[in-house]
Amino acid sequence: MSLLVKLFFAFMQVGLFSVGGGYAAIPLIQAQIVNIHELMTMEEFTDLITIAEMTPGPISINSSTFVGTRLAGFGGAALCTLGCIIPSFVICLTLAHFYYKYRSFSGVQTVLAALRPAVVALIGSAGLSILLLALFNSDLNGVRFSNLRIIELVIFLLGLFLLRKYKDKVGAIRIILGSGVVGTAAYLICGMPV
Amino acid sequence: MNGKRDKKDLWILFKTMFVLSACTFGGGFVIVSLMKKKFVEELGWIDENEMLDITAITQSSPGPLPVNASVIIGYRIYGVLGALTAVLGTIIPPMAIISLICVFYTQFRENPYIATALQVMRAGVAAVIVDVTWSLAKNVYGMKSVFYTGLMAVAFVGACFLNVSAMVIILTCLAIGVINVIITLPAVRGGKRHESAC
Repeated sequence: MSLLVKLFFAFMQVGLFSVGGGYAAIPLIQAQIVNIHELMTMEEFTDLITIAEMTPGPISINSSTFVGTRLAGFGGAALCTLGCIIPSFVICLTLAHFYYKYRSFSGVQTVLAALRPAVVALIGSAGLSILLLALFNSDLNGVRFSNLRIIELVIFLLGLFLLRKYKDKVGAIRIILGSGVVGTAAYLICGMPV
Repeated sequence: MNGKRDKKDLWILFKTMFVLSACTFGGGFVIVSLMKKKFVEELGWIDENEMLDITAITQSSPGPLPVNASVIIGYRIYGVLGALTAVLGTIIPPMAIISLICVFYTQFRENPYIATALQVMRAGVAAVIVDVTWSLAKNVYGMKSVFYTGLMAVAFVGACFLNVSAMVIILTCLAIGVINVIITLPAVRGGKRHESAC
């Protein structure tokens, strides 16, 4: 079987079985790329995860592009990514179709009403963990107040204040890019972090 | 479903997904809360409950969350063409960035400015998510239902402190919802069933 076909089906499996998003995909990619097909070493794979963490975008898209590019150039990257998203595309399109068809039924509404608070809680929990990462560079268990980063704290509070105060005028993207610019400038003035 | 939309909205859809995808770090819920901010609050294309339903469907489907959310939102805005457009917008930035990084990996990793910018941008992302959570939680609380507020609190504690996976939380609440339907249905159909029993 040619390499490209192998890659395509490997990432299709990653796409199909990584339920729960994000970190759920890591062990699957490792299984497909490092263990089963031996296309990468564990060191390369660790590098891949580091890059995927440091850059925007879903980890499985990042890794399919990375693996594809390393092994078969840009065509490989496109093919791996395609393989990875085809299952999502088909499944979500089907679910979306049924959701919009039946969502006005009262029974469906009752079920959805119980799901909504859970989703809010999950979003809140993601917010908390990224906040801790930003302020303390650690997760919940590793928080030490002596590690608090003042610049990040100020940027966070300022950003939250602007978002709450000027709801309609301040976009999310401006806040994020703005915090990148202001924060880097602040670090340049105060000296770079160690 | 896409009756009133014109081609211009496809471009807005693509542009929005592209920009969100290009500057979003962190897991799927991060980008979902940014999508909520954009499509619910800024563009007004989707209502808030719908966005939460979309998030739940997104979470229970396999594959990368941002891609799943793009498919559903795109489909909602402009049918299958919208879904394709949104997914393209979502995957092009990471593909382009990773391809570039593959070439300049060492330089990228050791550049202190890039590292610092990436690190402080997390604080901005955190501000956005806390803001979104704030508004959403206020609405759940505003339903004046002890049940739903309690469910939210329990789910939050489970996700944050007990390491319960998102999938388990969603499925549990799905089960609670289904049980709720089963309990309330006989109350509605009670009379009818009684008749047939006779």
